[in-house]
Amino acid sequence: MSRATREAYRDTLLPLLRRRPELMCLDSDTGLFGAEWAEAAGEQYLNLGIAEHNLMGVAAGMAACGRIPFVNTMAAFATSRALEPIKIDIAYNRLPVRIMATHGGLAAGHLGPTHQALEDLAVMRVLPGMTVVVPADAAATEAFVEQSLDLPGPLYVRLGRKPTPELPAAPPPVIGTAQTLRQGGDVVLASCGPYPVLACLAAADLLAAQGVEATVLNMHTLRPFDTRTLVAAARPASLVVTLEEHWRGGGLGGAVAEALAESVPRTVLRLGMPDRFVDTVGNQEHLVNHYGLTAERVVRTVRTALDRGRADLITSHS
Amino acid sequence: MTVTPVLERDALDTVAARIRAHVVDMCAGPEGGHLGGAFSCADVLAALYFSVLDVDPLRPDDPDRDRFLLSKGHAAVGLYATLAERGFFPVEELAGYGRPGSRLMGHPVRAVPGVELPTGSLGHGLALGCGFALAARYAGRDARTFVLLGDGELQEGSVWEAAIAAASLRLDRLVAVVDRNGLQLTGATDGIAPMEPLAERWRSFGWAVRDVDGHDPDLLAEHLDAAPWEPGKPSVLIARTVKGHGLPFLAGRSASHYVTLSPRNHARAVRALRDGEVAG
Repeated sequence: MSRATREAYRDTLLPLLRRRPELMCLDSDTGLFGAEWAEAAGEQYLNLGIAEHNLMGVAAGMAACGRIPFVNTMAAFATSRALEPIKIDIAYNRLPVRIMATHGGLAAGHLGPTHQALEDLAVMRVLPGMTVVVPADAAATEAFVEQSLDLPGPLYVRLGRKPTPELPAAPPPVIGTAQTLRQGGDVVLASCGPYPVLACLAAADLLAAQGVEATVLNMHTLRPFDTRTLVAAARPASLVVTLEEHWRGGGLGGAVAEALAESVPRTVLRLGMPDRFVDTVGNQEHLVNHYGLTAERVVRTVRTALDRGRADLITSHS
Repeated sequence: MTVTPVLERDALDTVAARIRAHVVDMCAGPEGGHLGGAFSCADVLAALYFSVLDVDPLRPDDPDRDRFLLSKGHAAVGLYATLAERGFFPVEELAGYGRPGSRLMGHPVRAVPGVELPTGSLGHGLALGCGFALAARYAGRDARTFVLLGDGELQEGSVWEAAIAAASLRLDRLVAVVDRNGLQLTGATDGIAPMEPLAERWRSFGWAVRDVDGHDPDLLAEHLDAAPWEPGKPSVLIARTVKGHGLPFLAGRSASHYVTLSPRNHARAVRALRDGEVAG
């Protein structure tokens, strides 16, 4: 079964608006909501037009007066075009604005680099007080949107565009706590987002068949970062591999490397989008495969590193 | 702490003079300050805080209050002087401006009583003001929102994003004031980016516009008090001002933009303000 995380968010929000009159849905003409939805939301829905700076500023102003606005735009526009109002008007004032950013990572697919966001997690997770989450499927999205109601400060949620596969059934994830999807003592595979988490689960199966046991962490919250779970998983392991739909710098791989460097230093191999803009046409799945964000790549990376490690061990003893 | 009572309207120019005197003192401190733009909007600030705004220094969080945003946040020294004069915090605290341990930063921060939201990066205030005005409307409150913009600030595209939104949302409890002093950091605003006919620009964006002398606080108060001027439309008052107004050696000069007054120039400025008062 597959479902788009942005649609799961939209469908979750509507009953919440009814339940909580202080919630607002501020749109920038994303087309996500549709006339029927907007009518049902009534005056709690406002389409403010294609103006992302203004969108964030209005949201901040309303939040400063006691409202909880869900603002809607694409990840690319939220985190680069509208970064300054997010930083100054929202994060600096610790206002409870929910930035619902669709088309995260490679989800914009054939729409190209203008609409893709491969830097958003790096940008958002440096902002003081910002909570940053990447739901890996529709169920996680529903859980995070529900949990956001009690979050005092700002929140960034990276959503997708088209339907993406669901994760195997698991208890709903909790903002701020990494999900351990599988346990194994040899290596840690850490990832976030639909395709990377599924790739790591598949990679763990393939590695197990070769006698390598992997812990698989779904690190859906990049800030506040669950260092404790990561460190506990990394302690017995010799290697940590990260996989994300993001350029390799500053995102999940960066967060993992930072956290481990300060506690239990381990070799961290960061897999992600190569250091260039997307230069081929295709949908999200095609791009994910094209740029090697796959289970096979994870397995190859682990095997190569472990083999080299053994070689180093033999060399140092000879 | 002494709370200064709200003065009668005929004293507004006295208030403005006191605001300018505080600004001069602050700009003689170690860091200096944005004197020119604080001087140009001093009469607007006096009119707002001592005649127009429904605010209470003893209840700064009153949900029914009017709200003010200094979108041209660099005029912080003018706002601090005004808030202190109005009783939001002791006037003595102004002496700490820009010094370690003080809460008076170079741009307005929320730690200062009376400051609604921090500003400084230009082009933020009007969108925030739209948010305030919308929230008041949703809450069924009559409160008004006032946003003071610089004329150089109008070069920021986000101002016009917010101008479009305010008109389309029919936010008639939102009032903008443009401090039209005609100068920015490096020279004449119209030399860098011509803005005239400015009133027509705003009108074409769906705003009700008035264009007045920005150094007549009674006149300013009268117009601002009367807003909204046209039902269903946000209002913008273009206040024709002079940067550094009141200091002959700085007035009308872009050099007044940011000033650290030497002891000699501080004395000159104090003298000029005093003579101005006598002359006025």
